[in-house]
Order: sequence, then C-alpha cells, then structure tokens
Amino acid sequence: MKALAIDTSNLVMGIAVVDGEKVIGEYTTNLKKNHSIRVMPAIHDLMKEMNMKPAELDRIITAKGPGSYTGVRIGVTIAKTMAWTLNKDLSGVSSLEVLAQNGKFFSGYVCPLFDARRTQLYTGLYGFEEDRFQAVKEDRLVLRSNWLDELKRLEKRILFLGNDLDLHKKSILEELGDQAVFGSAADHNPRPSELARIGIEKEPESVHHFVPSYLQLAEAEVNWLAGQKK
Amino acid sequence: MKQDEMILAIETSCDETAVALVKNGTEIMANVVASQIESHKRFGGVVPEVASRHHVEQITVVMEEALQMAGVTMDDVTAVAVTEGPGLVGALLIGVNAAKALAFAHGLPLVPVHHIAGHIYANRLITEMKFPLLALVVSGGHTELVLMKEHGSFEVIGETRDDAAGEAYDKVARTLNLPYPGGPHIDRLAQDGAPVLNLPRAWLEADSYDFSFSGLKSAVINTVHNAAQRGETIKPEDLAASFQESVIDVLVEKTARAAREYDVKQVLLAGGVAANKGLRAALEAKFSGLPQELAIPPLYLCTDNAAMIAAAGSIAYQKGKRADWALNGVPGLDLEAQ
Ligand SMILES: [Zn+2]
Repeated sequence: MKALAIDTSNLVMGIAVVDGEKVIGEYTTNLKKNHSIRVMPAIHDLMKEMNMKPAELDRIITAKGPGSYTGVRIGVTIAKTMAWTLNKDLSGVSSLEVLAQNGKFFSGYVCPLFDARRTQLYTGLYGFEEDRFQAVKEDRLVLRSNWLDELKRLEKRILFLGNDLDLHKKSILEELGDQAVFGSAADHNPRPSELARIGIEKEPESVHHFVPSYLQLAEAEVNWLAGQKK
Repeated sequence: MKQDEMILAIETSCDETAVALVKNGTEIMANVVASQIESHKRFGGVVPEVASRHHVEQITVVMEEALQMAGVTMDDVTAVAVTEGPGLVGALLIGVNAAKALAFAHGLPLVPVHHIAGHIYANRLITEMKFPLLALVVSGGHTELVLMKEHGSFEVIGETRDDAAGEAYDKVARTLNLPYPGGPHIDRLAQDGAPVLNLPRAWLEADSYDFSFSGLKSAVINTVHNAAQRGETIKPEDLAASFQESVIDVLVEKTARAAREYDVKQVLLAGGVAANKGLRAALEAKFSGLPQELAIPPLYLCTDNAAMIAAAGSIAYQKGKRADWALNGVPGLDLEAQ
C-alpha cells in the first residue's frame, strides 16, 4: 500500500510517503512559518522526488489534531480533498498519538503534549498495554495542575514529549520530581513516517464526515451555550 | 474540434461554502452554495472560527454535489479557480487548500480570483460586458465604484472611507432590534414606510466618488435615542425608509455622475446588497432616461457564490493568470493589482 501522510496540526510540518512497510520519503520542518504556503509545495516536491503520481496513492493520512485550529484544518482539507477526488482511503490519527510514538520503547508511560495557553495542555497518556503501544488515558484539553495531579497518582515513570515542554518543565518537575523523564531535541518533533505507519493500520474514515479533532468548541459557541443556560 | 472550457470554482471567503462549474465562461452547469447563515444567526453575525469549521465539514460534499449536478467528472475540467481574497483568512484557507489539492491531484492549472472581480463578473453570466464599464459594488464589506476599460482591468475610482453600506444596514438593523442579517429586513420594512425623517447624505467633496456611511449610521442612532427621550416612538417602517433613501440617493447619484464623466457603455450592479429591492428600483428609474445600459444580476448571483468566481476565473485563465502551489489566502487582497 502506498500512502501519503500530512501533518500541519502544530508548528512542526511533516510529510511522508510510504510504500507498504517501507518509508520512502520524509520531510519535516520545525519553523514558525505559514503551513498554507509551504505544505502543498512540499507535497509536490516529495512526490516528484519519489517519481510518484497522486493517482498511484492508495491512501491519504492526516494528523487530525489537537493543535492549531487553522493549522490542522489545512492538512485535513488537503487530505479530504485528495482522498475524495482520487477515490482513495482517508485515515486520521491523533496528533498526540503521533508524537507519543517517539517514546514507544520507553518502559513507563509516555505523555505527549502541546501548549493550549492559559496553563492548559492538549495531552494524553500512552503506554504498552495488552501487547501494544496505545492510549491509556484519552486525549484531552486539561488544566496543567489537574493533569499533573492525575499523573502523580499513577506512581510510574513518565516520559514527556513535545516542543512546548520549555513552558511547562518547571511545573512538571515541581509536581512529579523523579517520576518525570524528558525527551531530548530529536524526540520532540512528531514524525510523519510514524503518522503514516499508524494511519495505514486504521479503519478508513468517511471522507465527507471527517473533521478535525479540536477537543473544544469555538469560543463563541461556548459563550452562546452559557447564555442559553441562564 | 474545439474543446469546451470548463472551470471548476471554489468560494469560501465568508460564510458560504460554494462550488460551481461554468462552461466557456458564461454557461452555468452547476452552482452549489451551502449557506451557514442559520448557524451564525445565533451569534448576531459571522464568527470566523465557526465559519472555518463549517467550511471543512462542507467542502468535499459541496464539490461532489456540483460535479454531479453538472453531470461532468474532473476529466472534463480545464482549470480550478478559487477566491484568493479578500475575506476572512481562516475561511479563505479552506477553499485555497482544497483548490490546490484538487488541481494537484489532477494536474490542472490553478487560477486565483479576487472576490470583488467575481461579484462584477457575475454579470457576464447574464449579459456580455461592454467596455468601458462602471461597476457599483455594494456588499457587507465593500462599497466601491470600479471602472473597467477591458477584461481583467480594474480601477477603483471611489470607495467607502468608513463603513461599507452593508455594515451600516446591519448596524441600523440592530438599532431596530431586527435579526441578523439586517439588510433584507430593512429593505422589507422600507417598502411599507415613508422617508419622512430628515437624515444626512454624505456627498463629500464635489468631485469625489468616495462614500461615507458612519455619519448616517450615527444620525439614525441619535434620532431613535432622542425620540425615546421625548417619549415618542418612530415608526420602524419610516426609519427604515428614510435610512434606505439616504443610502440609495448617494449610491445612485454618484454612480450616474461617474457613468457620465467616464463615458461608459454599461453600468453593472454587483455584490450582496445588489439584492436590495429599493436600490434596484432606484437605479432602474435613474438609468431608464440615460444612455448607459444598466445590468443587474438575478438575486442568486448577487450573494456570494462560486459561479461568479468561475466567470472571473475564465477570463483570468484565458489571460494566462496562474497560481503555483504556494498560493495563500490573502484577507486584504488589492483589486487594482489584479
Ligand atoms: Zn461577497
């Protein structure tokens, strides 16, 4: 199976092309630059380098969030459009699950995270259970202090991953001490080849119904709902 | 044998997800518009984040519906046109990235279109354009007089210095406690009222084709406020009629003056406010006695749609205009630089 994987859900932009078990092309940047301008040229260039036509793909895979609302919509829109118009399978993978793969051989739990402002985190917890590496606590938007309380009670070593860790490292250490382990530079970029690997195994999505996983309502909708309850 | 030109166009600059197929520049094969207006009504206006979310939900559904309605496949498509701007950036990005993915998947040319050029070219779906022409563009975000000497050339000879006419309508509608979007409600009320209130008309400098509606808007609010303090009530129908007459007087008069000065062959009405009955009637009355031909598109081509983007895209395609894979949504795109 040939697949194209696209991740524009956070600052790291990643594209990968895989052919079955083999990762044949991978492109990653970690820059504060516009995904809308850069991702389509990157896809074009990588496919050209692979000498592969869009119609040869069997599946399009995208990171579905959480992350930047605008960013995730760019990758999801491109993936949906390509899958629909070429009549190929589409699969979506949690952006946190992709990042967590960088710690899949760690013996404890793995906690991928993206900063969500105002001391909130997009995060989840992953680990080796029932013979496979998988989510042990589902992805969520959570106040950092609540999340760290919850992790502390697990009494197990936890590997933290993510480029936003600098903002939260101090609090994590204060709360978890020796329980916390931190990845190094090369572990913090989600890898598009991992996105492709997981995406190939997933059940295909309904293209028309596929939407990003924002993990929260738009602010205007939250306010509107609050107004309705009064 | 000459092949038909078939443009597939995508428009997502505000709160409509729209896809159209237009053959040979003027023949509408499909014109699908998924409106989000019901969703935004509860907020009293378009919420950009909500609009962007709806666009992602709708985009492939609307593309598929358009192709089915037109009875064609992507193999029949010559080029993909898309609104590059102006508009809400997050909303534009959905259309732009869908267009890029679609063009890339099928190896088709990608043609960027200016939203206002689209509104003007809605007219070409009904009648051939005759140059030089003058377009009066009136919408929620725009009030402009655009001079066109030939296809694809746009010169803005007048524009609003503050609020767009559509914005003034929405604000006055709010003062009258009318639901969003307010324009059609004011237009409807105005039909039953009389323009008895004395509201200002901003003519600006004698030779200017610019517009200003913020003074009028304030005058309406003050009139309502002062009447309330005196314990009087103003008939909403009369207020709507007075406000509408003040807006239309200026629009029609400046349009007629510019049409004469630039000696144009044709005057086109464009933009969502072109749906306004009062404005249509006033322009028709004014130009019935003038040499310039007046063209007003039917309602479904006045509000945001993708057929108009395809119409403008067809000309741009013929002129060799192309975007590369780095095309981005540009919220403040300049019409004259087109
Ligand atoms: Zn418009």
